[in-house]
Amino acid sequence: MFLKVSLYISLVIFLIALIYKVSTWFRYKIGIGAAEISTSTRFFSALKGIVSTIFSVKILTLLKAFVLDVLLQFRILREDFLRWIMHIFIYGGFMLLLLMHALDKYVTIVIWKNYYSTINPFMFLRDLFGALVIVGVLIAIYRRFILKVPRLFSNAMDIYAILIVAVIMLSGIFLEATKMVAYSDYKRMVDEYSGLNDPQELKSLEAYWVKEFGVVSPNLTGPFDEKVLQKGKELHESSCESCHARPQWAFTGYGAAKILSPIGLWIDRARLPSVLWYVHILACFVGLAYLPFSKMFHIFASSVSLLANGVIGKEKLSPANRATLQAMELDACTHCGTCSLRCSVIMAFEELMNMNIFPSEKMASLKALASSKASGKELSPEALRRIQEGVYLCSNCYRCTVVCPAGINLQDLWFSVRETLLQRGYPEFLVLSPLSFYRGLMKEETVLKDYEKPLIQAREAIAAQCDLMKKKEKALPLTPANRALQSGLNLSAQAKTFSVCFGCQTCTTVCPVVGNYENPQEALGLLPHQIMHAAGLGLRDLAFGSNMLWDCLTCYQCQEQCPQGVHVTDVLYELKNLAVKQVREKTQAPMERE
Amino acid sequence: MMEFALFLGCTIPARLNQYESSSRAVLEKLGVGLVDIREFNCCGYPLRNIDFKVFILSSARNLALAEKKNLNVMTLCKCCYGSLKKADYLLKENASLKKEVNATLEKEGLTYEGRIEVKHLLSVLHKDIGIEAIKGKIPMTFKGLKIATHYGCHALRPSQVVGFDDPVAPTLFDQLVEATGAESIEWPMKLECCGAPLWGVNDKLSMDLTLKKLTDGKKSGADYVCAACPYCHIQFDTVQKMILSQRNVNHPLPSILYTQLLGMSMGVEKRSLGLEMNEIPISQIEELLRTEAELAAERELAEQKETKEKTESNKA
Repeated sequence: MFLKVSLYISLVIFLIALIYKVSTWFRYKIGIGAAEISTSTRFFSALKGIVSTIFSVKILTLLKAFVLDVLLQFRILREDFLRWIMHIFIYGGFMLLLLMHALDKYVTIVIWKNYYSTINPFMFLRDLFGALVIVGVLIAIYRRFILKVPRLFSNAMDIYAILIVAVIMLSGIFLEATKMVAYSDYKRMVDEYSGLNDPQELKSLEAYWVKEFGVVSPNLTGPFDEKVLQKGKELHESSCESCHARPQWAFTGYGAAKILSPIGLWIDRARLPSVLWYVHILACFVGLAYLPFSKMFHIFASSVSLLANGVIGKEKLSPANRATLQAMELDACTHCGTCSLRCSVIMAFEELMNMNIFPSEKMASLKALASSKASGKELSPEALRRIQEGVYLCSNCYRCTVVCPAGINLQDLWFSVRETLLQRGYPEFLVLSPLSFYRGLMKEETVLKDYEKPLIQAREAIAAQCDLMKKKEKALPLTPANRALQSGLNLSAQAKTFSVCFGCQTCTTVCPVVGNYENPQEALGLLPHQIMHAAGLGLRDLAFGSNMLWDCLTCYQCQEQCPQGVHVTDVLYELKNLAVKQVREKTQAPMERE
Repeated sequence: MMEFALFLGCTIPARLNQYESSSRAVLEKLGVGLVDIREFNCCGYPLRNIDFKVFILSSARNLALAEKKNLNVMTLCKCCYGSLKKADYLLKENASLKKEVNATLEKEGLTYEGRIEVKHLLSVLHKDIGIEAIKGKIPMTFKGLKIATHYGCHALRPSQVVGFDDPVAPTLFDQLVEATGAESIEWPMKLECCGAPLWGVNDKLSMDLTLKKLTDGKKSGADYVCAACPYCHIQFDTVQKMILSQRNVNHPLPSILYTQLLGMSMGVEKRSLGLEMNEIPISQIEELLRTEAELAAERELAEQKETKEKTESNKA
């Protein structure tokens, strides 16, 4: 009764949660164009895509992806052998236990009519599968906490996942072990199945089980007479053996039973087997009911991602399917950290201390972003800025996408989210760097809502902090106004050279950017030699506020040709660094350090 | 055997596969061993505008990784080259900066000591292998092909840091191009920037500069512009294609990667060259390839024609 009720309750919760979670794949709006597409359009578009794939030659690609990527998990194998062993053991062992042991009434007995959980090979296999899972979990713990795989971060979900599997497995093993030592369980079996009545015979059988199979009896302890044991053995062979293999075959449980035998009598008195039975069953049901909300949901989502991305390949998706795919991919992430291990720009974290630079952690933030949008509860502006910086700080090298064991197109996800965040209006200074090269290449392929907006707003945010630029008529003193600026130009000891500038204008003359304009000052503000001069005078606003700074090609013509050895390009680099730093400090709350 | 740690950077594996495959094929024929270090990260170039420390740490980590393997680094990208060179230069010059960087690298068990050298593919070809050795591996040469060589800013300048070639009158790349039989033309804007650093930041300005440079090359008689850097090439290829449609320009100057050009004359298999992967078609270039025998036959034919004409004119 208890079993049935709790099973149905957890099954119902599981199904409702599953439907809810899958519905978010069509509801969550993340990425370009997602906001304008309705849930029903997305649903039918996905349906159409799936049906048209199944009834085409692509079904072969799908089957291949299913066998190689979903079942055999070649993508993990390609990355790391130990991890593959870990995952195959946990998932393989668990699946086999589910089918053969948990669902024995529905699966195993249908295939093998003479199935009994106490006979071989089933008894041995159950323990073997359990042992595989345990070894897998141990490898997982070893990797996370002892080997400390670089950039593999453990969050609450990861620990929960390890815990729930560990509890299910250990409770199972100890349930088996306590049943082996418990006298009442032995007694029940004898009463039910042996058909023996003779006290002498019962005693012999008991002695044999105590000696050979680890039963802890309140009546008998060894050593036993050889004759009694011989008699017990005969009785065992005639009455028990046909439907109960030697308990040693259940090697994990038997091993545990040996450890527990000193407290065997207490175990029986305390009815520990029933307690552990409840623990085991409840852990399974909790695991089942909570599965859609936990990391374990990747069993479904990662499979879907592998299959979907396996058939999509380099094909261009419709905006509706792209939105659905990307929402689904958020669930497919297992937080395994492979992407962060291979990410090209991770060194930026050492300076900027923004966890969102790591792809695996970005995923976690994007999940929060997607669900906050759906529930109407906005993330804080600070959190949004940090996500924006994280998704923009990407060299678009595709390495994360190439290595993701769940087949998620991470790079496209970053690109897509990047654009929607930039349109929200918070200036991102990273757009003024060659990181934008990719964005420029993509502008014709993907319809970007307002391509120029992020570029303009970043420049405007900097200009807004440079009042002096707007007061063209103002007379300035000739003494340095801001000594901090001069001493601040010391990042590489290259930039200090500005002080030897004697204003010959060679830098400005050779600059290809200056040369491109008929009226360069109108387009660029201060020209290179003037910027050197402004730095010399400590005129922060003038040095930071010119378009020239952001329109510099860094072609080093100016620096190469300077007769005074001023490192003009390097000075411009450093001024850009300083401008961004100061504007950030002025306009943002100080970033909390993690 | 000559061996290098191949530094591909971010752009080539993601967007310019033909550069990687043609480079590997060419270098294999020339007997250069390449070691791939999977832990390499971005050189830091894109972040120089924003954060110097991020740039220097990124570069230093790559240098330290190569140092651990005792290998000199070969880059295919001029921006990676310039950044790694710059970082190497600064770290050698500035002991306190080196100490600070090493304190961070230590967390991963890495140290930068400055024991290895950073080279660009072109300088490896020119200096370590040599023009004559390359010529020895060339069964076919181009006839009547005019190439505008594009050196790339970050390879040439700051010359004090990179030491790639004479910054004012470089010849290294021209010699390499001429080894294939092609003619390297003189063009006024040869040493100018391709415009790529501003693509995505100020597209109008970037296009102005690219178009100006390419028009100059075309006017100077070039059939193709030749680059050995993913940024320059993509700018001359993908971005030029955008310029052509946006600004109604009808005469493109297609870009060919140097390893494609050299690979063709070395007889590298077509699959590695990836000529069809360029956005602006360049496959016509194949028609200009001649074997030694073909050239001799053509010469003979021309001579015959000439003598024939001479005798005819004499007769007249």
